[in-house]
Amino acid sequence: MNAQTASIAKPAGAQRAMRFVLPVLVFAAGLLAWELVVRIKDIPPYVLPAPSVIVLTLIKDWAVLSQSLATTLLTTLEGFAAASIGGIALALLFNQSKWVEYSLFPYAIVLQVTPVIAIAPLLLIYLEQQTAVVVCAFIVAFFPVLSNTTLGLNSVDRNLAGLFQLYGASKPQTLRFLKLPAALPYILGGLRIAGGLSLIGAVVAEIAAGTAGAGSGLAYRIAESGYRLNIPRMFAALLLLSLAGIVIYGVLALVSHLVLRRWHESALGKES
Amino acid sequence: MSAAQTSSAVEASLTALAVSLRGVTKTYDNGVMALGPLDLAVRKGEFISLLGPSGCGKSTALRIIAALSAASSGTVRVARHEGPTQPGHGIGFVFQEPTLMPWTSVRENVRLPLKLGGVPKAEGRARADEALASVGLADFADAYPRELSGGMKMRVSLARALVTDPDILLMDEPFGALDEITRFRLNNDLLALWRSLGKTVIFVTHSVFESVYLSQRVVVMTARPGRIQADIRIETVEPRGEEFRTSAAYSDYCRRVSAALAPSYSGQSTL
Repeated sequence: MNAQTASIAKPAGAQRAMRFVLPVLVFAAGLLAWELVVRIKDIPPYVLPAPSVIVLTLIKDWAVLSQSLATTLLTTLEGFAAASIGGIALALLFNQSKWVEYSLFPYAIVLQVTPVIAIAPLLLIYLEQQTAVVVCAFIVAFFPVLSNTTLGLNSVDRNLAGLFQLYGASKPQTLRFLKLPAALPYILGGLRIAGGLSLIGAVVAEIAAGTAGAGSGLAYRIAESGYRLNIPRMFAALLLLSLAGIVIYGVLALVSHLVLRRWHESALGKES
Repeated sequence: MSAAQTSSAVEASLTALAVSLRGVTKTYDNGVMALGPLDLAVRKGEFISLLGPSGCGKSTALRIIAALSAASSGTVRVARHEGPTQPGHGIGFVFQEPTLMPWTSVRENVRLPLKLGGVPKAEGRARADEALASVGLADFADAYPRELSGGMKMRVSLARALVTDPDILLMDEPFGALDEITRFRLNNDLLALWRSLGKTVIFVTHSVFESVYLSQRVVVMTARPGRIQADIRIETVEPRGEEFRTSAAYSDYCRRVSAALAPSYSGQSTL
């Protein structure tokens, strides 16, 4: 985690530029090849749409697609917020009491290892649709937060813990000044994973809900367009989902970088 | 062993004791006996070293004195202080590693014991700066631990132990991981601090040379379970300095201490 943050902050200018330029070049070359193949072979759009057609569809259907994007993003955000708060809170509870941890941790694992796509139809029966979708996103995303936070809280330096004991630190003091700061890099790592997973959870639930005939998220649009053989719109919706995932990851990585850089930043100020 | 006991009993009646251990043992949950029975008396203001092979329980003894670990049997008496200005009850502890919090500045690291003890922030910062100045790191208060060298980190750790103005300073092989030059320099600085502050120091080490150079008394321990093998008083002209390190008396003491330590290393032929 630290090494990763450092490697974002440190690489030499040229190398850093190449890390952006090279993937973009590969992407452009891929698109060009795709476009050429479709045009030369004259492949119809309901088999494989050219990138230009996908972009045009995106623009043409923007009104529908943007609304679906907003729906999916909101679901993702709600699921992510619930997973973050729930995961951290449960980890803190586990840390305070071994008995609670022993009692509940196996169920957290059960929840994690059961494929969410299998749970989603049941949730859709018992819960209101919007709630069910958020709960799916939560189920998928909360375990990494829980396990990472637990790991962080448990990997406090033994001597530092002894030091706090020596100076008579209370439980809240130990939590605030020792355990939480020590766990912070782990928590942020968990949140980064949870961000992507809550999008996956939202999409899975939407697809499950979509086949039941309701919903308006991006995944539902994909399923719906599939039935109608509207392949360009499927690709356009997929593109938006992919972009949403990238943005979510980017934002969380940035937050993590900014928060942890404070250990580094004032250090840099000192060196100069 | 019994002679040492008698002499410490006499000392007890003459001067106040900072630390007194009687028949202290430590047995781990898995049944391994790590320590003792151990009898040890340390006078106020004394600088003693606990010297012994790895795993002989010298660190355990230190943790018992600091109440970080409970003795399985025996009595532990420590001249403790209660009071808002001395969190840690008058004990300062320096660990093997610097044990600093990487997420905060050197000053905040040193202020930690005061913060935990509820000392107001402004006063805490002033005292932290003072402690940092006493170890020669006044200019590094705003630096972060990762920017410091190993020796400087150890100084920060020492400053943190001193910030509460403890009467007793417990040091657990603090300089073991440092290079020799840094170690010598920190040895000298520690002696200077001890002379000017008049604290009781219990210093755990596995270096014969370091123990003889620093302490007034070297307590040699046996292999596990650790007991006292020899109690050797180091008498020389104070203040000590480089000339002591190169003197014949120093080598004589080192030879005597090494000889006392030898049985601890020769298998299980303990007392």
